[in-house]
Formats: sequence, C-alpha cells, structure tokens
Amino acid sequence: MGKLFNVSSSPHVRDRITTQNLMFDVVIAMIPASVYGVWQFGFNALLVLVATVVACVLSEYVYEKLMKKPITITDGSAVVTGMILALNMPPEIPVWIPMLGGVFAIVVVKQLYGGLGQNFMNPALAARCFLLISFAGFMNDFSAASIGFDSVSGATPLAQLRAGQEVDLAALVIGRIPGTIGEVSVIALLIGAVYMIVRKVISPRIPLIYIGTVAVFIFVFGGFDVTYTLSEICAGGLIFGAFFMATDYVTSPLTVKGQVVYGIILGVLTGTFRLWGASPEGVSYAIILSNLLVPLIEKATLPTAFGKGGSKK
Amino acid sequence: MGLATFIGGIHPYEGKELSEDKPIKVLASEKGETMVYPLSQHIGAPAKPLVAKGDHVLKGQIIAEAGGFISANVLCSVSGTVKGIEPRLVANGAMVQSIIVENDGEEEAIEGFGTERDFTKLSKEEIRQIIKDAGIVGLGGAGFPTHVKLTPKDENAIDYVIVNGAECEPYLTSDYRVMMERPEEIIAGLKVILQLFDNARGIIGIENNKPQAIKKLTEMVKDEPRIEVRPLLTKYPQGGERTLIYAVTGREINSSMLPADAGCVVDNIDTVASIYNAVCRTTPLIRKIITVTGDAVAEPQNFEVRLGTNYQRLVDAAGGFKTEPEKMISGGPMMGQALFSLDFPVAKTSSALTTFTKDQVAAMEPTPCIRCGRCVSVCPEHLVPPLMMSASLRNDLEKFQSLNGMECVECGCCAYTCPAKRPLTQAFKEMRKAVAASRRK
Repeated sequence: MGKLFNVSSSPHVRDRITTQNLMFDVVIAMIPASVYGVWQFGFNALLVLVATVVACVLSEYVYEKLMKKPITITDGSAVVTGMILALNMPPEIPVWIPMLGGVFAIVVVKQLYGGLGQNFMNPALAARCFLLISFAGFMNDFSAASIGFDSVSGATPLAQLRAGQEVDLAALVIGRIPGTIGEVSVIALLIGAVYMIVRKVISPRIPLIYIGTVAVFIFVFGGFDVTYTLSEICAGGLIFGAFFMATDYVTSPLTVKGQVVYGIILGVLTGTFRLWGASPEGVSYAIILSNLLVPLIEKATLPTAFGKGGSKK
Repeated sequence: MGLATFIGGIHPYEGKELSEDKPIKVLASEKGETMVYPLSQHIGAPAKPLVAKGDHVLKGQIIAEAGGFISANVLCSVSGTVKGIEPRLVANGAMVQSIIVENDGEEEAIEGFGTERDFTKLSKEEIRQIIKDAGIVGLGGAGFPTHVKLTPKDENAIDYVIVNGAECEPYLTSDYRVMMERPEEIIAGLKVILQLFDNARGIIGIENNKPQAIKKLTEMVKDEPRIEVRPLLTKYPQGGERTLIYAVTGREINSSMLPADAGCVVDNIDTVASIYNAVCRTTPLIRKIITVTGDAVAEPQNFEVRLGTNYQRLVDAAGGFKTEPEKMISGGPMMGQALFSLDFPVAKTSSALTTFTKDQVAAMEPTPCIRCGRCVSVCPEHLVPPLMMSASLRNDLEKFQSLNGMECVECGCCAYTCPAKRPLTQAFKEMRKAVAASRRK
C-alpha cells in the first residue's frame, strides 16, 4: 500500500473537554454575579469589568509578543483572571487602578513565572493584595453614592459585624449591601457555583470544607452565635473566594487528601484574620498564603497507590 | 449492593453498536495462502522452532515449542509446507522471527484432532499438559501463558476463578459474540478450570452494557453451584486484571504481585472457550475471534479466522474500506497499537482491527498543564500523573519510581481525560521502559 497512515502511541481517542472550554465555563459561571453587580452599582462597575479583562488579555498578548513566545490569549485564562480581579474591586474605583492590577497579575504573577500553570499564587488575588496595600484608600472606599439603597455609612457588613452591629441576613443573601462588584450577591454566586459543579468544572470539596471550617471557627471563637456565624459566611468575599478563587486549579492541591487539608487551612486562616486581623476581611490573604503551602501539602498527601496499602484479604 | 466496580476510570465513546449484533463469521482457510506464525506471541521466552524449510506440517501440529517455563508452544493452523523461518512484521511494529507456511488446502490434521473427551475423567496434570500443548495464552491481550497461570504455588489458596467478560475496550465485540453464540463453551471451560482448584468459585464478570449476555449466562448457570455471573459497572478499564479482581473480590494487587497472590485466577472469555476446545474437543488454539470495525470499513463485523492469516484478508472480507482510513489500530482505541501496514498476521493476542477515517489525535497540540486534577481522579492505580509527568520531562527515573510510576498499567485514562491534551500515558510508557532497562543493568 502506498498510502501512509497516522501512527501514534495509544490512547487514540480523547475526551472533548479542553482547557479553553473549561475557562469558558468559569467565565459563564461568573456572569450572574457580574450582571448583578453592574445592575446594582451602575456604569462604573461595567467599565471596571471590561477594562480589567482588556488589560489582562492585552498585557498577556504584549508580553508574549515581546518575549517571542506563542500567543496563548485564546485559552481564556487571562479573561478569567481579569474577571476575578474586576469582581474584587469596589464599584466606584477609578478604572486605572484595576487595569494596573491586571497588568501586575498577568506579567508579574503569571508570565514571569512561566505562564499558564506555573504561577504559585492566584494571579488575580495577588494583584488584589498588591492594590490593597498600594491604594488602601481607593480599595476600601465602599461609599458608593450612586447605589440606590441606604448606605450612608458606607460600611460593609463585615465592618458592621466587627463594630458589633447587627446586619440584615436577607439583604446579604440577595446582595443589597455595599461591597466589591462581584462578592455581594450570595444567590448570584451560588448560581454560578452550581453551574460549575454540575458541569464538573470544579469539585465542591474545597469550597464546602473551606466554608464549613470558617463556620465552625467563627461559631466557636465568635461567641456561639448562629446568626453572627451565618452573617460572617454570607458577608464579604467568602462565598466568592471559596467557589471561584480557592478552587483555582493551578494554585490548589491535586490530591484529594491535600484538598481537604487545604480547605481546612483556608478556613482557619480566614477565621483568624476576620476575628483578630487588622482588616475585617481575610479571604484574599488566606487564599494567597495557602497557595504558598500547596507544594508542601501535596508532598505530604500523596495517595497510596492501588494495591500498595497492604493486603485486604 | 451496587454494581461491582473500582475507583477512577472513564466513559469513552463505546462504538460497539457497529459490530455487536453481527454474528461471528468463520473465514475458511484458502489453498495457497501464506500463513505466518511469529515465535513470540506471548509474554516470556520466544518459542523454539521444531520444523525446517520444506517440512510438511499438519493442522494442530506443534511447530515451535515453549522456550522456557514462561513461554508457549506455537501451533500450525493449516496443513501445508514450511516455506522458511524469517523475521516478519507483527502488530507492534517489530520484526519477529516467524515460521512461514504455505497452506495446501488439504486441512490434514494431527491424529485425534477434534475427538470428544470427557474432562471429568482427566487428572489435574493431564489438563494442564493439554492446555500447555495447545499453546493457549491469555487471549485478552497480554498473552501470559495460561498453563503457567493455572499452576500457582499453592492451588488450594485459589478461591476465585474469574472469567473476564468485561470487554471494556471501546469498539471490541468479539468476547460479546462468544458469550452470545457459544456460552456453553465458556461455562464448560470454566468447569475445567474449577476442576484444577478445589476451593474456588467461578465468577463470570460482565459489564452491564451487555445485558443480553448477562441474562443468557445467568440463566445457564442457575443450576451450577460453583459458578455465578457478576454484572459489573460499565467503565473503562473495568476489564483490567487488577481492577476486575478488586471489583469482584475487593482485594488489591500491585505490580509486584500476581492474581494468585490474592487467591485469584483471571482468564479472558476467549481463553476459557479455548481451554474448553483444547480439553474437551481436542482442538488446540489455532483460531481467533477478531472484530473488524471503525468508520472506515464497509461492513464492520466479527470473524473467526485461523491464526497466521494476513490482516489484509480480514479487511477484504469486511468489504474493504469505504473511505481511506487515516488511522488503523490493532486492538481498540484505548490500548491498541497504531499500524502503518496491514501486512502482518493474526496472532494469539490479536483482538480487533479498528479503523478511523479521521484521526482525532493527530491535530491536537498539547498545552500547559493547568493542574485540573482530572487525571488524578480517573487513574485506576491512584497515581498522580502531573507529578509523574514532570519527572518524565526531566527524565528523573528515581522520582518517577518514588511516585509509583511502575504501578502504571498504561490504560490511557489520564491522557484521554486531559483537557490540555498532554501525552501523559505516552510519556509514562517511555519512562517505564527506561526504568525496566535500568533495572536489568
């Protein structure tokens, strides 16, 4: 036979899932929270979202072009980073701040360490922490005048809880509260979370253990108060962080046991920061600190290979 | 109790509907046909030829004898004349020393060929000798000599004889057809094996995507006190030896253990049928059931052919190609060997010819690992493929071994499921070869 056939090593078939459509699913899952944020906070929120995503994608393109690397912006990971960063911004922030954060996330945290899959911290969160330290005034200003409900004090529910005030749990669940663009509506976030779980993009393991640990921690050290504990869970960035940031593939452990350990560490750190830290919020710092522990956690939790666990006769 | 299964695994497209309802078609041998018998169609030492160029050989004659304890006889499947002993291409792309016989079309068989025999009157030693003489090896693909498997250190320690009817590899339907058309051979063959192991129960494990086979065999064994049919969850690689033993018995074995260490003997459907034919019908292993399938052949179906038949004949018998195949595989798509030519013989471990009009793998560019963990959750051996992959990329044999890389069964689940399309299984195969080579030094 004259014709040449394709020859390769098995397996000769592959699943349909690609990196690109996984990233696309994460983008879809963030749409409910984004829409809610824009609807509640208005035009500047939309501007922040678009500008941050553009900044991330563009900086990835420019960096790869300058470094003569293959252009990978179509894999969707820069879009995801941009959206997560934008949803972590206060609604009235000047647009240049999240754009600067986007460049930092992509160039410093992701590309300098080798690009997709090589970063040891969640790029969006590292950028957020960078902005929190650099522009504390802008980043902690939630006194959005344009929002159509009573927020004269401008204090976020977490700050109110800190100050010993009661918060309205129903408002927390719906999202009628001040906060960052994407973190306010628990319902919108859970719709996205369920979407990701149903589509098997993420496993619920890390988020549930994380939230569960925070709940136990706050309940025990916060005075055995159920309403207070529930308010702490729904307020701030916990739901958003647990489902969308702690589950980041690159910066969370591969092993099942490791994911359990990781979830517990996240919960303990978040609870500690929230109860006794300098700021009422603690999710971002808890996640990036735990990111650093991932290689160690993985090393300590390697699974026992099949048949290596001793005879079960 | 739920269906028996294991942890991990995948659900690839099965493709069995192409050929599952096609009865086994017997392809008669043809006068003048050139038959090729590789001396190495099994795990272990190659067989030693007993014939020379010009010799007249008979159907069922041993033309090469086992070359060691772990080795197997090679038998002639036709009568004719030895044309020579020379290297010939086999399915895995290697050139293997082979005996070439030209079929004289006379079907002249050895004495006693085909006579009925009552296995209950045979001693254990006689049964093992018959199986050894018949050249039977594991027909599921590995090719481990069956008489060795049936001679464990302590035969009383064997409490399960498992017949592997999972047929989890996509596209393959030959075992299914044997279960549907020749179930009595399977049950009788299993009884022969059970006669060797007094303390054992016989379990026929079948994936639940073959409900008719489960029904048929369950009905047939309902009065057999020592035999039962166990439906298995349809999941690849359910038919792997280790995963099957776990599903049926809950026992785990690793790469340094044999099934006998867990009190099990595992044999493939067609192996058990071949044992029946050798012991009860004095018909040694001279034929094989082969599925010819895929979207490139005109009429996908199942054939019974003589060992040594050229693959081109199978394609012709299936109506040739309706479209030019881009890829041809000996075996199924998960673990089969890609072929660059059809000019090789049907061997004991052949199971199928799968043909694809479009090769879905060729155009895939691997992208960076995003550590999604899908490979970790599908690995039936509970390994961590991304860490093994980074050891592979650094060619770090020690790290690879410390990550239990030698436990990998090369089932392909990790590479199948990888969204970044990374060649995980392929890299592990190379590493395993390198480690094995370094251990031999």
